[in-house]
Amino acid sequence: MSDLATQLAGKRIVVCAGAGGVGKTTVAAAVGLGLAARGARVAVITIDPARRLAEALGIAELGNRPQAVPAERFQAAGLNIRGDLLAMMLDVKGTFDELIERLAPSAQSAHAILENRVYRHLSTAVAGSQEYTAVAKLYELAVADDYDVIVLDTPPSRNAVDFLDAPDRLIGFLDAGTAGAFARPAGAAIRAAGFVVAALGRIAGTGLLEDLRTFFGLMSGLLEGFHVRAVAVQELLRDPATGFILVSSPEREAVDEAIVFARELERWGMHRCAAIVNRVQPLDRADAGVTATTARLVPSLGPRLAATVARTHEQVQILARRDQNALTRLREQLRMKPVCATDRDADVHDAIGLVGLHDELFGFGKVRNATGASPT
Amino acid sequence: MVTRARSRHTPRESAGPTPGWRLSTERLVVVAGKGGVGRSTVAAALGVAAARRGLRTAVVEISGDHDRASVAAPDVGVGNRAATTCPDLEHLTVDRHAALADYLRTELPIGTPAKILARNRMFELFVDAAPGLGELLTIGEVCNLAQPRGRRRGDRRYDLVVLDGPASGHFLGLLTAPRTFASIARVGPVAAQATTIDRMLRDPAFLAVVAVTTPEQMAITETLALRSSLRNELGIDFAAVAVNKLLPARFGRRDEATLLAAPDDPAVRTALWFHARAVAQRAQLRRLRRGLDGVPSLTLPFMFAEAVDRVAIEQLAGALGRWLR
Repeated sequence: MSDLATQLAGKRIVVCAGAGGVGKTTVAAAVGLGLAARGARVAVITIDPARRLAEALGIAELGNRPQAVPAERFQAAGLNIRGDLLAMMLDVKGTFDELIERLAPSAQSAHAILENRVYRHLSTAVAGSQEYTAVAKLYELAVADDYDVIVLDTPPSRNAVDFLDAPDRLIGFLDAGTAGAFARPAGAAIRAAGFVVAALGRIAGTGLLEDLRTFFGLMSGLLEGFHVRAVAVQELLRDPATGFILVSSPEREAVDEAIVFARELERWGMHRCAAIVNRVQPLDRADAGVTATTARLVPSLGPRLAATVARTHEQVQILARRDQNALTRLREQLRMKPVCATDRDADVHDAIGLVGLHDELFGFGKVRNATGASPT
Repeated sequence: MVTRARSRHTPRESAGPTPGWRLSTERLVVVAGKGGVGRSTVAAALGVAAARRGLRTAVVEISGDHDRASVAAPDVGVGNRAATTCPDLEHLTVDRHAALADYLRTELPIGTPAKILARNRMFELFVDAAPGLGELLTIGEVCNLAQPRGRRRGDRRYDLVVLDGPASGHFLGLLTAPRTFASIARVGPVAAQATTIDRMLRDPAFLAVVAVTTPEQMAITETLALRSSLRNELGIDFAAVAVNKLLPARFGRRDEATLLAAPDDPAVRTALWFHARAVAQRAQLRRLRRGLDGVPSLTLPFMFAEAVDRVAIEQLAGALGRWLR
């Protein structure tokens, strides 16, 4: 078995996390593909995938249920899917609405919440709603127990760590709100609170304040349900059968982010199972410098082209060395050997590209520079 | 099906560079772009270029409320700062809670303990819950920094404020916040101010939105999507686009044929990868320029460096100098 296949063995939930722009969604899709190819029934939850990727997976629209991914196109690209692959594109608002409908004590109160304008904002725009919904959907699919493995892509956020504490923040926010911050003050607190309310009314107008009161009033009936779920979700994420894949590019910021995230995972009692570094430049370990390369290439390329090729190779080797340093840093910090995917010259968002990425991640890849694309 | 993209007869100039944009009266340049394209680096380099021309410049970054990565890894982002020290340039961070305290200090009647109020849990909640209020306070603070005259005595004035904006998804939220809030709160002083800020943002003599992208498929799709949302929702267009990390075109068709026929060699493989990538980048660049219909764009070279250092920033600042008076 390849390193990645070993690392993923026995996992029922795989979460792909990392900085924005490193290719998390594509990696999540390739991992799902790999697990399904090995016979598992897999659901991949993607968040905001590139259109081409969504098309390759056959999920051109937002949805709340995983859809079967057409296997033929991957077969045509050389990968036989023995199991089942399903994928969905997370609908944040729809998932949140469903959750409210499920937790509300009555259809009437659910309706009142869904119509409240504070809620409408909260379910889409408040920081954390995407993360919260992603985890809520993960939980729902895990409980339904219809899949061997669920692969979750995480929302693009400034910090990967947001993914871990966003649900808590959202619940803390609902808690504090319903605990009476916006309720009409009574007793001894009346003077102090009256002062805050007056100031709030002064800056924002009393209408908005009323809306917030209504919203938190409505939400108080659901809070219990939110809490019970939050505890269950935490347990699920801490389960040894749940593994996080740290996805990074070789760029410094992305590597920093992965290291910070790994520390946070430990603090939260969650398990990382693999690290994937995407878009790595292969290192030419036999490289002897521009002069030697030029001399070697002159017979086949002629002096002008040989010189240009040698200069290009030299410049790209600067990046390759940077990437090796990044890999070393990650390996040392995470005490885990990262799996590499080479920087490609073609689109990775179609079936052929995904299969290529899969082959490399799961260890069948033909890498560009045979002299050593993977770290030692 | 006939697509313009495929047509060999499309005249060069339709996909070629369009006449440049130049900063004139704008006081606020908001830099947009998805994660990984080099948005912060371009914002910093633009700051350097402006400061070089004698403009007192602030490069402003928005900090999240839970910016833990920068606490745990204090060197994140410092590279850009260290690489861009020059006398007329300052780096500032705006966060919503500081913006709230600032707002209260200015707007509430004298004698109101604004600091206590700003730290009040209920107040914080209010800022988090009220649709668009946090973003409104943030963008309001940035607009305030860009005003020609200070609101308060002792405020430092800048000739130009460069905002290193949030990634595309949150970017639109930030610029639409004043409008969202004004429509929700309707009355009250904040609603009135939201309307003022919204008007400021839509004044092309005050604000310019500059998008940063790379010549890669996803980044360009996102850039074009952001442009259309900005236009539809706010009536704002990009002033200009910077296309970052463009590989030089080094190999022609005949070179490609020679390379394909050459014996296998790591350097030849690198060259073929480089060539394929450079060609793909140019196709994406043409796609971008078609989608921009006339919005000026400039390209920034790919940096073959271990990290973005002073030399790299200087080079980018030099290229961005074209946009400045």
